[in-house]
Amino acid sequence: MANISKPKVDAVVVGMGWSGSIMAIELADAGLTVVGLERGENRDTYPDFAYPKVADELTHVQRFKLMQSLAHETVTIRRQAQEVALPLRQYGAFLFGDGVGGSGVHWNGFTYRATEAELKLRSHYEQRYGKGFIPDDMTIQDWPVSAAELEPFYDRFEYVAGTSGKAGNLNGQSVGGGNPFEAPRSRDYALPPLPTAYPSMLFEQAAREVGYHPYPTPASIASKAYTNPYGMQLGPCNFCGYCELFGCYMFSKASPQSCILPALARKPNFELRDRSAVVKVNLDSTGKRATGVTYIDAQGHTVEQPADIVALCAYQMHNVRLLLLSGIGKPYDPATGEGTVGKNYAYQKNSKIQVFFDKDVAINPFIGSGAGGVVYDDFNADNFDHGPLNFIGGAITFATVTGGRPIAQALVPPGTPKWGSGWKKAVKDHYLHSFAISTQGSVMSYRDNYLDLDPTYKDAYGLPLLRMTFDWKDNEGRMTQFVSHKAADVARAMNPKPQSVAINAGKPGDHFDVGPYQSTHTTGGAIAGDRPDNSVVNKYLQSWDVPNVFVTGACSFPQNLGINPTGTIGAMTYYAAKTIRETYLKNPGPLVQA
Amino acid sequence: MDDKSAAASATPPIASSRRRFLIKSVAVLPVAGGLTACDRPGGLTASASASTADSSNASPYQPKFFKPDEWSVLQAAIDRLIPADAEGPGALELDVATFIDRQMEGAFGHAAAWYMHGPFHPDATPLAGYQSPMSPRDLYRTGIAALDAHCKAHFGGKPFVQLTTAQQDTLLHGMDSGKIKFEQTSARHFIALLWQNTKEGYFSDPIHGGNKHAASWTMIGFPGARADYLDWVAQPGKVYPLGPVTIEGKV
Repeated sequence: MANISKPKVDAVVVGMGWSGSIMAIELADAGLTVVGLERGENRDTYPDFAYPKVADELTHVQRFKLMQSLAHETVTIRRQAQEVALPLRQYGAFLFGDGVGGSGVHWNGFTYRATEAELKLRSHYEQRYGKGFIPDDMTIQDWPVSAAELEPFYDRFEYVAGTSGKAGNLNGQSVGGGNPFEAPRSRDYALPPLPTAYPSMLFEQAAREVGYHPYPTPASIASKAYTNPYGMQLGPCNFCGYCELFGCYMFSKASPQSCILPALARKPNFELRDRSAVVKVNLDSTGKRATGVTYIDAQGHTVEQPADIVALCAYQMHNVRLLLLSGIGKPYDPATGEGTVGKNYAYQKNSKIQVFFDKDVAINPFIGSGAGGVVYDDFNADNFDHGPLNFIGGAITFATVTGGRPIAQALVPPGTPKWGSGWKKAVKDHYLHSFAISTQGSVMSYRDNYLDLDPTYKDAYGLPLLRMTFDWKDNEGRMTQFVSHKAADVARAMNPKPQSVAINAGKPGDHFDVGPYQSTHTTGGAIAGDRPDNSVVNKYLQSWDVPNVFVTGACSFPQNLGINPTGTIGAMTYYAAKTIRETYLKNPGPLVQA
Repeated sequence: MDDKSAAASATPPIASSRRRFLIKSVAVLPVAGGLTACDRPGGLTASASASTADSSNASPYQPKFFKPDEWSVLQAAIDRLIPADAEGPGALELDVATFIDRQMEGAFGHAAAWYMHGPFHPDATPLAGYQSPMSPRDLYRTGIAALDAHCKAHFGGKPFVQLTTAQQDTLLHGMDSGKIKFEQTSARHFIALLWQNTKEGYFSDPIHGGNKHAASWTMIGFPGARADYLDWVAQPGKVYPLGPVTIEGKV
């Protein structure tokens, strides 16, 4: 029971990462009174990310300075429904961003767009390869939006984030130097590409020689001085090598702090409350209307915040958990396939191809930016013939050196002793002369990969943790082997010729191991769709069940993509915010009739 | 727990190197002990290992978490994980033991950010990740005691620090591979933590107490906290000319 009740506002935004910051500024700009609730602490470029203290691998990478304390809340994980799910006790496979800015502080900045074939995934594959091509247990479905519909909102996000890149397709015309497979865009990126570091140059030349179509990675890291539509100023990246897992001290990497929050803070109709952990969306007696949210403040008070609109903008898993804790929508039952909340949890399947050169090749791996580099999409999405390959989906393949931080990023060839003199000699011999090519692959959704509430383990407030049931499937095993061997061909075609190439892509039949870091690109559980019986939200991210609740973020992805999610999260959020402003506010209610 | 007294381990050193003698001396004289041997002026090079180090007048580090016997085992173990040799400095002379002791006194040592609520399933599939109720402090305390007990039981009463380096190496690898198991604690968790922390202390910024004089960064060519390379992006393949700088601005 709430022991403090706050005055009602027009909208409450839960979580102040990218999507929460976008939703808050767009609704505040429309004149609404908006409260942003963030369970972590407030942070800003200065002093929280300031040089030189930010240049500290131990604190940020090994000790997870910017991440949520798992002591407070974690997730339980099992591979099969017959297993007892156990809590993630230390960070491993994925990371939970925390605090104002959320994962938008520690991300790398990759900002991609989805293709039409990916957004219409099921119908596209059925049409091109036949209905029998999709396995029975694969619960993939079309997104309720098209690439053309999302284009203005991808554009909006890229111009807010100062994305650096090169167009490949302008209004349907193929233009040189960009991604030839991309959906048509209305104009070029906000900024030209970042300069290309040496390892990315080697990759680009080799990929082109092998016959692929490399292009500069689209990076929300400023290549030049830039002022965005909110009047926020970014400065050019200096390739410091402290990007992913760090906050940017240079005002170069786009984040809510560098692109939105100072402009939002100037609005008198917006209030930010940090250290405010929302535990429930409150519903009226009909269960069809939200009356606001309940949160627990830093002192442990239970606070009620009434609002006409509730926007759940937390991390993918936390949004799903809040829906389940609040009783919004019907929980998914894998036995019957009924219910939607928690359905279609998906992930990404990645690999590394390590490339080792002789000592006369200076790679200088410490010269790094989070997302600057070169990528090819030849084996992503449906840009290649899947017919003979017997899998669905694909991967982007890229060479981006994010830094040469020695605890976690020093590479040694296979066969190197785990420690001792042999290990030390290998690190010394290879540190300056090696880097890795990455593949980042899509993961489809399946009947038995899903999220629900754990029956045993609780968070610091005594509420059930989210439970993940997830395992790798053969489709993704085949995909990652295929794209990894193609990437190794590129590595071997490099000039100067590598001394050795090592493929680190797991093996077919591997089960999900929570220990090693893999990807924070978790998706699904509150998916967007065209009908209430196949999805949690409509294309405007509006709950089918409680129409004054909107749910942003990667939880809306019906299955995962090979690209990084943030561009699509930003686009979907701008689409929802615009529709709320222009349509919903005039006539609050369902924006899509069931 | 290991209740071996300092006197019980005061057997003469069996290896010839002065460095190994100094490690073992710590067990005898923990306060006046051997860390001064690692405490030499800057400019460590591949040839300047602790075995030839000068003494220094600086006060030796006084461990806060590790007890004297534990401290000597810790030092001997990290000296095997990253030994000093012609390639470059070892963990011991870069004050990695100091780093680990300091880590034990902070949030990490206490597992402050780990989810540590039961029920625990310590024998769960390794795919479930770490499922023990032990914090890093617990793992070091129980792991060092179990290691010494194992040594005494299998090597005629000798503790870890009195074994040959080859015997020590075999033990550490056996703990990692699962060949050697302890009853009181997980040998595998202990060696995994010890190796993680050793590598961290060796390569992290000296502000955390290890990587003395940023010598590991000099060895591999990492410029540390310089964090400003825009003018070097467009000079592909050229060797970067500057040595490391630390967070505190030391070069």
